[in-house]
Amino acid sequence: MNEKIHRGPVSLYLHFPFCERKCRYCDFLSGPACAEEREDYIELLCREIRMRAPEVTVPEVTAPEVSDNESKAPEATDAAMMAPVDTIFIGGGTPSLMTPEQADRLLQAIFSAFHVMDNAEISMEVNPGTADLTKLRAYRSAGINRLSIGVQSFDDAELKLLGRIHTSDQARRIFHMAREAGFSNINLDLMSALPGQNIEIWSKTLREAVALQPEHLSAYSLIIEEGTPFAKMFSQKELPALPSEEEDREIYHFTKKFLAENGYRRYEISNYAREGYECRHNCGYWTGHEYLGLGLGASSDLGGMRFKNPDQMSLYRRLIEEQNTAALRCENQKMTKEDRMEEFMYLGLRMTDGVSESEFEERFGTRIEDQYGEVLRRHISQNLIRRLPGNSARSAFPGDSGEPACSGNGGRLALTEYGLDVANYVMADYLL
Amino acid sequence: MASNHYDSIRERTRNFCIVAHIDHGKSTLADRMIERTGLLTSREMQDQVLDNMDLERERGITIKSQAVRLIYKAKDGVEYIFNLIDTPGHVDFNYEVSRSLAACDGAILVVDATQGIQAQTLANVYLALEHDLDVFPVINKIDLPSAMPEEVKQEIEDVIGIEAEDAPLISAKQGIGIEDVLEAVVAKIPAPEGDAQAPLQALIFDSLYDSYRGVIVFCRIREGLIRKGMTVRMMATGATAEVVEVGYFGPGQFIPCDELAAGQVGYFTASIKNIKDARVGDTVTEHARPCAEPLPGYKKAQPMVYCGLYPADSAKYPDLRDALEKLQLNDASLFFEPETSLALGFGFRCGFLGLLHMEVILERLEREYDLDLISTAPGVVYKVYKTDGTMIELTNPSNLPDPAKIEHMEEPIVSAEIMVTTEFIGSIMQLCQERRGRYLDTEYIEETRAILKYELPLNEIIYDFFDALKSRSRGYASFDYDLKGYETSELVKMDILVNKEPVDALSFIVHAAGAYDRGRKMCEKLKEEIPRQLFDVPIQAAVGGRVIARETVRQLRKDVLAKCYGGDISRKKKLLEKQKEGKKRMQIVGNVEIPKEAFMNVLKLDSGN
Repeated sequence: MNEKIHRGPVSLYLHFPFCERKCRYCDFLSGPACAEEREDYIELLCREIRMRAPEVTVPEVTAPEVSDNESKAPEATDAAMMAPVDTIFIGGGTPSLMTPEQADRLLQAIFSAFHVMDNAEISMEVNPGTADLTKLRAYRSAGINRLSIGVQSFDDAELKLLGRIHTSDQARRIFHMAREAGFSNINLDLMSALPGQNIEIWSKTLREAVALQPEHLSAYSLIIEEGTPFAKMFSQKELPALPSEEEDREIYHFTKKFLAENGYRRYEISNYAREGYECRHNCGYWTGHEYLGLGLGASSDLGGMRFKNPDQMSLYRRLIEEQNTAALRCENQKMTKEDRMEEFMYLGLRMTDGVSESEFEERFGTRIEDQYGEVLRRHISQNLIRRLPGNSARSAFPGDSGEPACSGNGGRLALTEYGLDVANYVMADYLL
Repeated sequence: MASNHYDSIRERTRNFCIVAHIDHGKSTLADRMIERTGLLTSREMQDQVLDNMDLERERGITIKSQAVRLIYKAKDGVEYIFNLIDTPGHVDFNYEVSRSLAACDGAILVVDATQGIQAQTLANVYLALEHDLDVFPVINKIDLPSAMPEEVKQEIEDVIGIEAEDAPLISAKQGIGIEDVLEAVVAKIPAPEGDAQAPLQALIFDSLYDSYRGVIVFCRIREGLIRKGMTVRMMATGATAEVVEVGYFGPGQFIPCDELAAGQVGYFTASIKNIKDARVGDTVTEHARPCAEPLPGYKKAQPMVYCGLYPADSAKYPDLRDALEKLQLNDASLFFEPETSLALGFGFRCGFLGLLHMEVILERLEREYDLDLISTAPGVVYKVYKTDGTMIELTNPSNLPDPAKIEHMEEPIVSAEIMVTTEFIGSIMQLCQERRGRYLDTEYIEETRAILKYELPLNEIIYDFFDALKSRSRGYASFDYDLKGYETSELVKMDILVNKEPVDALSFIVHAAGAYDRGRKMCEKLKEEIPRQLFDVPIQAAVGGRVIARETVRQLRKDVLAKCYGGDISRKKKLLEKQKEGKKRMQIVGNVEIPKEAFMNVLKLDSGN
């Protein structure tokens, strides 16, 4: 238990659990709701924000650097004690169902309760079927500076099959509107390995995506999740055949190559970005950055604990109304040093820059060699892991004013191309 | 005490057993006799009192001999002492049958009125006659609509040649005719002979290990008497011991008494700690006044079937050893010695009387000792004659010498009798043909039933012969066999290679003609059982270095979770933990991870029909 609890900046995740219609593959905590319910929820969320802000105070007296143009110190908390917030992500569901006014109210609540850093990355997910220029402009002026557009595919037949509420044309229009509204950091979400998909259909989607010149692309292989309509359709053989493992990998490797040729570096298993546009919020999840999740079912990793808000709206509402912050922490789990070492490995290895040997030693007071030497050597000999030279590595947190992810001495360890294909197989070996 | 006291008891004693084909109602008849003689009320009776083990009751078979003393007041007004000795019915336990028979003077032959004589009926009757027992038949299940008592009586007279005209017609299940059976015991089974004054001469026909009393020796007193405090000697082993307790068998319990005299059946304890000191078949005598010579019939049971047994969790190795030792205390025919497999780690090579014996032991180990086991393919004992003139008895295929040093090999052959209704003769003959059987003769018992006589290699029947027999005769064929001897045979060792490495646990000996088929099946099966690895894994079957079949487990191409964000992390960890658990159950062979269940599943070759 010698892990240093040093609190640098903290991330915030806000969950918006509503959508217009559930997509067939979706197993997220989301569903349709009427305008009143949504409004009701925004109010609860704002209350939760105010209520829980004190949880991200700095335990030690040393005040962190905080940008000085902060609006107003949160009530009941000494401004100097608040940890800065460096990234915010509003996900869903479909957060773009929020009215401009609701988005503004939500962000105002955040800004007043937390010390949001000047250069904070503030992302929001957008469904192309739910936005227009007015809305996007409002989001931008409310403080959102990064959009993640759920395009999924530029093939209309595929969109229909997925149960998406928009067409590829709408996706393109939304992208241009986002640019017009002033967004200079945009991600497109794409899905590969869809039923019936082949490399031709997929490369068309990729080409269309690249033609829009977004800063960031995410490309996920479809996973058929239990309990979704897709799972049922799949078991009843109502879906076209899924690509085989071989085809899936062909698609994956093609994606990496094609996007690299177009200036996007794969920096995580499913994420690609232009230099400097890696999603800082998501990188936080893979590097042990603390985060507070707000809203229905949102997960947190804060103060050495992992916990999660209730999944049930009625319970969530009651606890907020009763201001019962303790009970909000469902599945509250103390993370041991071993847990953290495991996470360091299996989350860190998702990134193509891998993990830093010196950072491991600094965090855990143990050399990575002493903890994982045997398995590392085996994985290296099996060509699952490779050693990257330490000084050529990029920081995991580009643009972050904090410590670089790699302090220079010692190299980095990363999955090889094959190691990425069978990442689960490899990562399981780092559990203690 | 006066000798006429002993003679009076002796003359009122009947020592007998019941023999039958499996399921013809032997144990039920025993239950009824116990019930009728008033030892237990029906309410106290648990079905099949004499079958002690759960396994016996479940499978409806008798594995261990059991004995019980009944007091029967006959119609002549005299009280008789019946010592009923239950015997196993299955061919695997022939040795146990024969030693139990040696304790008897007569036998009741139970024949099912609906099925008539079956293979084991014959085998058991012949065994009883060999022991000079007086046998009288009883026709059971006469309550069933399909019963044909008259035909069955005729069959008994024709086929076995014993008088059956006045055979009691009974239904053990319904309790019909039990009285007739009891009277027939008095009338048809001779009283034992023997002189209570002579030096002690007693036959050990079974034994049981009890953790408090040591070995409990079951014996039949031929001459003299045995009493508490006497120092006795086992004539074959030379072990001596002072008798602590003597007694006879109540149903499910031991009832101590002062002494056992010539003609009686009972038990004694003498703080014998090792069951090997009181071997079944040995003769017990008084140390101070020994008898002239031991009784004939002591024969060590020879294991016929061998396999390797390994704990699925290697940490359980000491537990397995303890369990085998405990089972051996009560089952001298169980053989085991430590062996090591590259694939399976530490385990034991175990010898059994037959396949059923093996199954029973495996089931007891798993049930009573809660062990998770992997067993290798069962094999027989081969005689390997080497070019240097020596011979080894091979029980583990891995120990087969270099083929260049082998002059020739011999395998055990059995004489088999298969009783079958005529409509299935064709398919059963075909089966025997496939199993390298040598046809000897067909004997018609009646128009629709015949006995097929074959000689078959034992290694062809230890797999799934029984199942195949049943499925090809819709369950009607019955089967019995006897070891005939050894014959030269063209045998080869089949090696299974995983990623070019031979897996010792999967090697087996097979006749050259069937090698290709077996090899191909093994490879196909193994391919399904081995998960995809980080590289292509060839699976090959090879005979003497020549590959005769091959399959490939293709490389693992994809095992990755596309998304892992803040809310996915605990789920991700659970997934990885599951994966890690899976890896723990793997055995690394060469550099291939094979789940332990795979060995089990591959070795459980499904029927080769």
